[in-house]
Amino acid sequence: MFESTGVATREMVMKTFPTKERLEKGSVAVIECYKEIPCNPCATACRQDAIKTFVDINDLPTLDHERCNGCTLCMVNCPGLAIVVVDKNYTGEDALFKIPFEFKPLPLEGDIVRGLNRAGEHICDVEVVKIQNPKSFDQTAILSLLVKKEYLYDFITIEVGVK
Amino acid sequence: METVELLIIGAGPAGLCAAISAVSSGAKVMLVDRNDTLGGQLIKQTHMFFGSEKQYAATRGTDITKILLAEIEKYKENIKIYKNTTALGMYEDGVVTLARNDKYIKVKPKAIIVATGASEKVLAFPNNDLPGIYGAGAVQTLMNVYGVKPGNKVLMVGAGNIGLIVSYQLMQAGVKVEAIIDAAPEIGGYLVHASKIRRLGVPIYTSHIVKEAIGLDYLEKAVLIEVDEKWQKVRGTEKEIDVDVMCISVGLTPLTELLMQKGCEVKYVPELGGLVPTRNENYETSIDNIFVAGDVSGVEEASAAMVEGYLAGLCAADKIGFRHDDFKKLKKDYIEQLHSLRAGPESDKIRGGIAKIERRAQDV
Ligand SMILES: Cc1cc2nc3c(=O)[nH]c(=O)nc-3n(C[C@H](O)[C@H](O)[C@H](O)COP(=O)(O)OP(=O)(O)OC[C@H]3O[C@@H](n4cnc5c(N)ncnc54)[C@H](O)[C@@H]3O)c2cc1C
Ligand code: SF4
Ligand code: SF4
Repeated sequence: MFESTGVATREMVMKTFPTKERLEKGSVAVIECYKEIPCNPCATACRQDAIKTFVDINDLPTLDHERCNGCTLCMVNCPGLAIVVVDKNYTGEDALFKIPFEFKPLPLEGDIVRGLNRAGEHICDVEVVKIQNPKSFDQTAILSLLVKKEYLYDFITIEVGVK
Repeated sequence: METVELLIIGAGPAGLCAAISAVSSGAKVMLVDRNDTLGGQLIKQTHMFFGSEKQYAATRGTDITKILLAEIEKYKENIKIYKNTTALGMYEDGVVTLARNDKYIKVKPKAIIVATGASEKVLAFPNNDLPGIYGAGAVQTLMNVYGVKPGNKVLMVGAGNIGLIVSYQLMQAGVKVEAIIDAAPEIGGYLVHASKIRRLGVPIYTSHIVKEAIGLDYLEKAVLIEVDEKWQKVRGTEKEIDVDVMCISVGLTPLTELLMQKGCEVKYVPELGGLVPTRNENYETSIDNIFVAGDVSGVEEASAAMVEGYLAGLCAADKIGFRHDDFKKLKKDYIEQLHSLRAGPESDKIRGGIAKIERRAQDV
């Protein structure tokens, strides 16, 4: 299925996600890189040794969720845009998602935007709380978004304004 | 006749790296490219690259060109760069003819590295010549080099890496991608690329082909049809979609004409894109002192093209009497880098293809 749709199944997502216990402890990366390709910037970027050093450049990233502090370094370096960072208990109701975003114009802080699932379907509306776009990120901005906790395993990105 | 020690034809990533490697070995190089900008395919690649740090992973293609050109600049007294210069022929007596701004030049280099890259394959269907139907390369050039929007609604034909990446870049340019189709039952490109487009709502239809294009003066509609496991059209599955651009991205084929004219042995290896030259581990073809590097020696990626360029530049310089102080160490490193880039399951085909064209080394 995944090979013909590009949409990860619920099962794959659940396997990749940090455990419930780890999610309680604050920000952590979710790396959805399901197939071996010759690529390793995530592992070289991480300063916490949370992503196991690749023996072969085709290795899949293995993330030690306990070591990961959600710093987002791997996220801005991933050419596959395959990484997001979640902080499940950001507020009582909302998780905070940090996602990589490469479309212009960027939304504004405070905007309410359309939240999408992995198949690109509109599932919820989310609030943009912060935008980071320094030069060092090399045109991959980080958006911080408030997402209702019930969409934790479904939300993945926001709609872009293509006409 | 201009005297040249080493002639490099093509200044894409492979040719640029070959030049850097050869001059740093002590050779004098002439680098020619038919375009007016150096960098080959790289100048259109606004996305971050795969690979490892050695091949500038996570750097955008456009920035990799800048890095390589800065390196070339260091050796500028030993590199003669001719832009807008097309290599027309390679002859038996060793002469190469070049056309430069309407001038005809003959050179007789001691060694040549052919790094001409690859050209896009075309697709046959009724009305495939309607305005609005482009190759993916042309669309990328319009958008990323000239800043021109190719149209408003696009059908991407081909779900390999190029099709997926160009779709993403079209969306970044504000163009709607209506769908991506591929005749194969599975997505050919990296799934991380597919996922990042799918999650933005672009459908990917596998096992689908273009039945025909419709339009009076320009493309107005595309008719798609499903194919079964035997690649036969399934009657009654046609769908029409309104698009004003169709972008064809069904693969590349190596530009080996110069090598064939010279008489280098070539083999038909579909895994590598078509006719490719046979070569040894130094990237020397069946003819002495004629080397190859990059997509012309088998369609792969810029990461591999760069390492092949470094390796071919090192070995070609050595062959004409300029051995780098660290020759053995560098050669081993380049061979290992290529090996590791091609080690994964996505490279099964590449490895199979290379096994068919690599002749055993004559010297180390
Ligand atoms: C959309 C797209 C996305 C890509 N993404 C990636 C990626 O993420 N990572 C990656 O590693 N690779 C990627 N690639 C592949 C990469 O761009 C190519 O593999 C690489 O550019 C090949 O390098 P090359 O030097 O062999 O050929 P080219 O870059 O094609 O350069 C060949 C040069 O030779 C010149 N030339 C040809 N014939 C002549 C002649 N007769 N006389 C004079 N000059 C001549 C051409 O003008 C050109 O400048 C992508 C390619 C495309 C199209
Ligand atoms: S978020 Fe930071 S700590 Fe966690 S894996 Fe990525 S780079 Fe390492
Ligand atoms: S950088 Fe991204 S695409 Fe590359 S291996 Fe890591 S997660 Fe996968």
